[in-house]
This record gives sequence, C-alpha cells and structure tokens, in this order.
Amino acid sequence: MRVMRLPWRGDDLACRELVELVTDYLEGGLSRRERARVRRHLRACPHCTGYLEQIRLTIRLTGRLRLEDVEAMPAGRRDELLAVFRAARPG
Amino acid sequence: MPRDYTDDDVLVDALLQGDGDAFAWLLDIYDGPLRRLARMYVATDAVAEDVVGDTWVAVIRGLERFERRSSLKTWLFRILMNVARTRGVREHRTVPFSSAAGALEEGAGPAVDPSRFLALDAPQNPGAWAAPPVPWDEKPETTLLAKETLAGIGAAIAELPPAQREVITLRDVEGWSASEVCNALDISETNQRVLLHRARAKVRQACENLLEDEPR
Repeated sequence: MRVMRLPWRGDDLACRELVELVTDYLEGGLSRRERARVRRHLRACPHCTGYLEQIRLTIRLTGRLRLEDVEAMPAGRRDELLAVFRAARPG
Repeated sequence: MPRDYTDDDVLVDALLQGDGDAFAWLLDIYDGPLRRLARMYVATDAVAEDVVGDTWVAVIRGLERFERRSSLKTWLFRILMNVARTRGVREHRTVPFSSAAGALEEGAGPAVDPSRFLALDAPQNPGAWAAPPVPWDEKPETTLLAKETLAGIGAAIAELPPAQREVITLRDVEGWSASEVCNALDISETNQRVLLHRARAKVRQACENLLEDEPR
C-alpha cells in the first residue's frame, strides 16, 4: 500500500511508512527499488525489525487455528449426505 | 485400498459417475475447512452446520455445471461463501459486497495507531516509533500458543470486515496461495494484498493487546 512520501527524508522511509509496506514486502509485491529501501530501513531500525517479526509470528499463530478443534462431522450427517449423493447420482 | 482422488480430473469424473467413495473422500477432506470458514460468517455453530449442509447439497446438484476452469476446491469454497453470505446477511452478521470498491474501503486505516509514531512534522525523526512494539520473543511458546491467545486471534478475525475476514482466513488459516484466493474471491492481486495487509495488522494488534496483558 502506498503511503505519502515524506519529501524531506529523501530516499529514507519513516517507520510509519514502513509498517504499511510490510505485507507487500512479505508477499513479493514491491519493486526492486522499494524492496531495497525497506531492507535498508530494517537493517538500521530494530523497532521495525521487531514489528516485522511480530507480523511473521502473527501469521504463524493464525495458522494454528487450522489445527484447532473443528469438531468431527457427526456420523449421522455424513451418512445423510452420502445418501443424498447416491440418490442424486445412482452409480 | 481406497482410490486416490487427489487429482481433480479423477475426482470429478468419479463424482459424475456417482462414485460414493469419491464423495465420502471429498466430505472427509473438506467438511472441516468448510465449517471453519462458515463459522466466520454466521453467529452460531448450528447455523454454520446448516450452511455447510446446504453447500454440500448445492455441490451435489451443481456438479454437472462445474466447468473445471478452477480447481474443485476453489469451486467448493465459492459455493460455501455464497451460501454463507446470504445466510449471514439474513442474520445481519455480514454486509453484502455492494461493490468491490466498497468492500476494499471498509475497515481501511493505518496498520498501526498513528499516535504511536512521532509526528510527521517532528523536528527529529519524523514518523519514527514513539511507542515501539515490545518484542514477543521472550514469551514462552506455551504462552504464545495458549488457548487464550488462539481464541483471541479467532475473535479478532471474526470482528474484521467481511472481505478482510475472507482473505485472512483463506490465506493464513487455511494456507491458500495468493492466486488461489484471488481466484476464489474474484479480486485482483493488489486488492488481495491490501485486504490481507489490513487484516494482519489488526490481528497483530489483537495479539499485542493479549500478550501485553499477560504477566511476564
């Protein structure tokens, strides 16, 4: 996502700009030049590096929801749907 | 040994021929993920259960019309999303997409509260962190993966605007690729990234709130 450039900062990114580029950065959606700007900022800025780490961890934790308990399909419902299938498409 | 239905063409052919094992295979693989996604749209497990049931029936009835231009998985989830959106609207849980632009703008805003940065006209370090995030690294894995944390993430996702919720659920919960999601939701790569960006930023903030409250 583009954020307004801060003209007086030249090619440097402000932290406030960087946090808006994090997803494009992770998703490979930046031009080579923008990517280099982000990398340069990250090298010099522990806070933004920490923010990026948090985003990565957030993605990892969100992925855990998949392993969380979706209850197994009730056997009765499975049989019911199989019956609907067989009725609709006699094999 | 049961047949291998991982190939879409094999699977669809088998389904069209009325192969019950193929349908059972499909149920066992996708019922869970479909229910998880349905739960994002409607208020109760019971309604989610209905939505998934209606989806399966629609799949059975619509098989003939599946044109194999997308994967069967994408088609399945598209049907679910249509059923769930309609149901969610009736329950006033979700708002229909009035337009792609509207869906994109809903819940727009900065990734991080601007008050956590120095002013953009500050004499020194304009726009730099004033209240930087506190690292989570030293949190033990057990805290990070505690039921409360994961429940908090689930709740944060449930509160997102529908378009953001769909994108983050498919990408980060279900682990779909960006192009699969663009395909299923009929959105551009750029819009997919914008929605994902906002969704992840809000979920990160929710994690921060949860983990900061946690006594060290």
